[in-house]
Amino acid sequence: MAAKVTFAQDRCKGCELCAMVCPKNIVILDTSVTNRKGYHPAAVTDMALCIGCASCAKICPDSVITVERL
Amino acid sequence: MAIVYQKSKGLTDKEMHYCPGCTHGIVHKLVAEVLEELNLLDDAIGVCPVGCSVFAYDYFSCDMQEASHGRAPAVATGIKRVHPNSPVFTYQGDGDLAAIGMAEIIHAANRGEKITTIFINNAIYGMTGGQMAPTTLIGQKATTAPLGRDKDLCGGPVHMCEMMSAIDGAVYVERVSVNNIPNLNKAKKAIKKAFELQMQNAGFAFIEVVSTCPTNWGKTPVESMKWLEENMLPVFPLGVYKDVEEVASK
Repeated sequence: MAAKVTFAQDRCKGCELCAMVCPKNIVILDTSVTNRKGYHPAAVTDMALCIGCASCAKICPDSVITVERL
Repeated sequence: MAIVYQKSKGLTDKEMHYCPGCTHGIVHKLVAEVLEELNLLDDAIGVCPVGCSVFAYDYFSCDMQEASHGRAPAVATGIKRVHPNSPVFTYQGDGDLAAIGMAEIIHAANRGEKITTIFINNAIYGMTGGQMAPTTLIGQKATTAPLGRDKDLCGGPVHMCEMMSAIDGAVYVERVSVNNIPNLNKAKKAIKKAFELQMQNAGFAFIEVVSTCPTNWGKTPVESMKWLEENMLPVFPLGVYKDVEEVASK
């Protein structure tokens, strides 16, 4: 795994801007989870495909995303 | 693993009250990241407006001051004159800056106050419920313009960057957006340049950020970014409207 993306899911408002800018289309809203705010938070489907570009983190209005790279 | 991106130290831990997908959060963090990168967090003083970003003082980790509606540039003028070595900025929306605060912003620029203004233009009044703003587009619906803005009745949208670039005291005027990653990177660069110019005592710098208001536009955040691109950018073209440094070097 070249990169790792973590979401502070309890602070996510499910706006999907992270999914909009992901060049690999691996960010989705996890409909199996509802956070304490009442939103389905963002998650990554397949971390192995992540290139660690941090586009999702840069556009996140609530700064809930941290990106790490090897 | 090395951290590539994490929340800026320029932001507090407080959760923002903004609606999902609101671009205020994006612009807040660009300002916070710039202050952090320029090592200005200890000295910076921000002035908040009235409008959706009225609580911005809770979100920035530098010193902040609230101003009455539209008067942020006047308050910032006083702060900067008492603290000439501190970076001082105002963060204002279109209702605050381009309506009730139009006189304050023009005169602050004309006096060449050495402050930085971040102007959020989302073509609508957000906090009060989607009324028509000075920047509302022709034909754009608002609660006070249910059939869309009528040019004969209300005039056209106010173009702040074009106006500010005609004012002698303004040294740097740029219009940016945060609708995609390339534009977001350019917006951060513009905000950084504005603060750098202030630290060189160059004069007044004005950065307009073409933004969204998904809630009052009645669109999802992703649809709003598309609407911004298709409808706002042709009316509010992005780019540098004034750069005194560049003029001087030519």
